[in-house]
Amino acid sequence: MLTLQFVPYSEIERLDSTGRIKKLLGIVREEKIVLMQGRLKPEEETGLIQKTMEAVGKSSFTGIEICTIYPEEVNADLFGRLKKEFYKALIGDREGITIIGPASLVKEIRKDPNKIQLFTHTPVRRTSPKTKVIASKNKKKKR
Amino acid sequence: MLRILTNFVKRIFLQLFEEKKQIKLGFYGPPNGGKTTLSNRICKDWLGEEIGTASKIPHETRQVMLKDSVVIKHRGKELAFTLVDTPGIATRIDYEEFLKYKMPEQQAKRRAKEATKGVIEAIKWLDEMDCVVVVLDATKNPYNQVNVTIIGNLAARNIPVLIVANKIDLKKANMKKVENAFPQYEVVGLSALEGSNMEEFYESVFRIIKKR
Repeated sequence: MLTLQFVPYSEIERLDSTGRIKKLLGIVREEKIVLMQGRLKPEEETGLIQKTMEAVGKSSFTGIEICTIYPEEVNADLFGRLKKEFYKALIGDREGITIIGPASLVKEIRKDPNKIQLFTHTPVRRTSPKTKVIASKNKKKKR
Repeated sequence: MLRILTNFVKRIFLQLFEEKKQIKLGFYGPPNGGKTTLSNRICKDWLGEEIGTASKIPHETRQVMLKDSVVIKHRGKELAFTLVDTPGIATRIDYEEFLKYKMPEQQAKRRAKEATKGVIEAIKWLDEMDCVVVVLDATKNPYNQVNVTIIGNLAARNIPVLIVANKIDLKKANMKKVENAFPQYEVVGLSALEGSNMEEFYESVFRIIKKR
């Protein structure tokens, strides 16, 4: 069985970087796949990798697979960018979606600009040949 | 009191106006992108010696490797670098992966443990860099989150970045895809193994140094 846990932005917005990393890694280590609203800051992403590496080798944990899909600002003018930054400062960076899964379950997360394909390891394949989560800007599709 | 104040002013003045003698040029990227092969190529070109050992087995470089006083000359200009070859950054390390290369189990486990420490060390070194060459395997999907994370971190730290699409000698190489993935960055396609397009690489390195 594959468990996907949705983490809304409201659940992490009050946490500091350490708290966010701890929370996300905690869910992943319970063999669940995290679907998080928004994305981590670049330094939080490296922090997550560092904490992951510290945990690798302890029990059977071998790491994580992570992928973020984020709407790119194409041809955004100065006003548009300022507006976006203003909203970001006001309500936080809720745009995009982040998927984090344990390496023991997730073989690969393939991103191809606007879609994410999530491939799982062989044991899950017994019930379905390929588990695929496709996330595209406003739509999510599970197979 | 006066001496403390004088020293403080002197230190600020030096930090502002003193030309850095050696530029720390870091090589970052996912494992097996060709960081060590490229660093070796540069070292061989300008020093006649190598910085480390490259291998087909991932995580061959598990410690940060430094090479001081690499003086690169290009079109009448000369710059002294400290090359910093870093372990490949990964989000997963499983010793069983190394067993596929017929490595004994104990050795594979040791390699995995060292590799995890290498990733942590590489990330810690990010702050030390003056500019960074992100080495990507042009035959692989560039939209890998590790690539995005490294480049995002460098951007957040205002460290100039040059992206190298390595292994362009291979049929599967797709430089256009790398360029499309990172449109706001300069991308140079080369083969570190064959040493092709190195002139354009040096040209780009000199150009991004100016952005510091």
